[in-house]
Amino acid sequence: MSKTYYNPDDLRKFKNITDWSEELGEKFFDYYGKVFEEGALTAREKSLIALAVSHVVKCPYCIDAYTKDGLQKGITKEEMMEAVHVGAAIESGATLVHGVQMMNKYEKLSM
Amino acid sequence: MSKKSLHKRNDSLSKAEKQLEVLSSGIFANGELPTFREKIATSNQHPLRTKKLEILQLNLGYMCNQVCEHCHVDAGPDRKEIMTKETMEYCLEVIRDAGVHTLDLTGGAPEMNPNFRWFVEEVSKLGISDFIVRSNLTIIKANKKYHDLPHFFKKHNVHVVSSMPHWTKGKTDKQRGDGVFDTSIQVLEELNAIGYGMPDSSLRLDLVYNPSGAFLPGDQRAMESEFKKSLLSDFNIQFHNLFAITNLPISRFLDYLLVSDNYEDYMYTLVDAYNPAAVANVMCRNTLSVSWDGWLYDCDFNQMLELKVNSKVKHIKDYNEEVLAARAIVVSQHCYGCTAGAGSSCQGSVSQKT
Repeated sequence: MSKTYYNPDDLRKFKNITDWSEELGEKFFDYYGKVFEEGALTAREKSLIALAVSHVVKCPYCIDAYTKDGLQKGITKEEMMEAVHVGAAIESGATLVHGVQMMNKYEKLSM
Repeated sequence: MSKKSLHKRNDSLSKAEKQLEVLSSGIFANGELPTFREKIATSNQHPLRTKKLEILQLNLGYMCNQVCEHCHVDAGPDRKEIMTKETMEYCLEVIRDAGVHTLDLTGGAPEMNPNFRWFVEEVSKLGISDFIVRSNLTIIKANKKYHDLPHFFKKHNVHVVSSMPHWTKGKTDKQRGDGVFDTSIQVLEELNAIGYGMPDSSLRLDLVYNPSGAFLPGDQRAMESEFKKSLLSDFNIQFHNLFAITNLPISRFLDYLLVSDNYEDYMYTLVDAYNPAAVANVMCRNTLSVSWDGWLYDCDFNQMLELKVNSKVKHIKDYNEEVLAARAIVVSQHCYGCTAGAGSSCQGSVSQKT
């Protein structure tokens, strides 16, 4: 019996969430499919955004899925890593910008 | 990357029987995934029947100057199987009589067949509307005797189809061998210089993209646009169309999938991407593949798996259009490679995604 919470094989079972809630599951997958279609952004650009977000939300399934999707779209490893850095920069920026709150509080409490 | 074919290494996977065993066991034997036959039966497409023969694909031999990691032919310099002039003469007779509109010469490197030039000259007298030679490009630089091939192709109005796994050097060389990218670029420049691949030129130059790993090719049009943009801006190279071809799980690509522990995931990917609309247009329905020794197959992949046509006529010397047209196409699990997504054939995608 596996003792890990994540099992790579579960990714291909994702569609099974519809089994226990058909309407919501189908609405989600319809929406999901629509989001990734070519639009004002290309499917390639969306794939890179999804890869960056996958890292920020730390979803191993999404990282597997969008690394493979990027390869299928001919996205290079340099492009993929830059996208991950964009996510990391925003995430670390989001942490650091709270430093201003810390500074504000510090100043307020100090004589 | 090994410099020797599976055949030369005496690897068990060099045997078609072993490959078919792998493709029929495990996830396909325990019912986890449906066999290809079961899958096409769900859309009433079994048995798969032929349409009018339009494309004759001749494998002039398994000898090649490259040993590509994904090669479904297991081709390489150590392969000695070469089509004889006698078999070529049988093929010429069939080309004359069968009225095929496309003749597709492949290998190995077809140019390495000692009778290649004679055969091209003979074929060009027959007025085939699309006469394809699948050239790996590097062969043209491999030896002085091949240097003039671009002019030879031009003289005979040959449609050149060349492999190019990526527009970057790293990915190309990893799949096809060190130096392949730079040499391919040089040859593409030469082909462009004499008119091949230029806009409005009748000298057709198409590129073939196959993924360098365990994933499917992306949308053919989007990939073509990326290839065109990058090859033009980085090297000033132009070409006509890009054919995106899925790697089929046979021979060296199957070996790669097994060794890298990607086999099951890849088969799941192919089966999940199964597109019944692609089945209607798979190339085996209007193509006949002839091996170096004259045997007939539904496609080049079946040839490598030694799955001869299911017909009384099995050899080019006995060719009979009517008898062959009545055959059911021989299928196995590798066929999922041609029905995934937009479908795949030697001419690229076969349908739009559904």
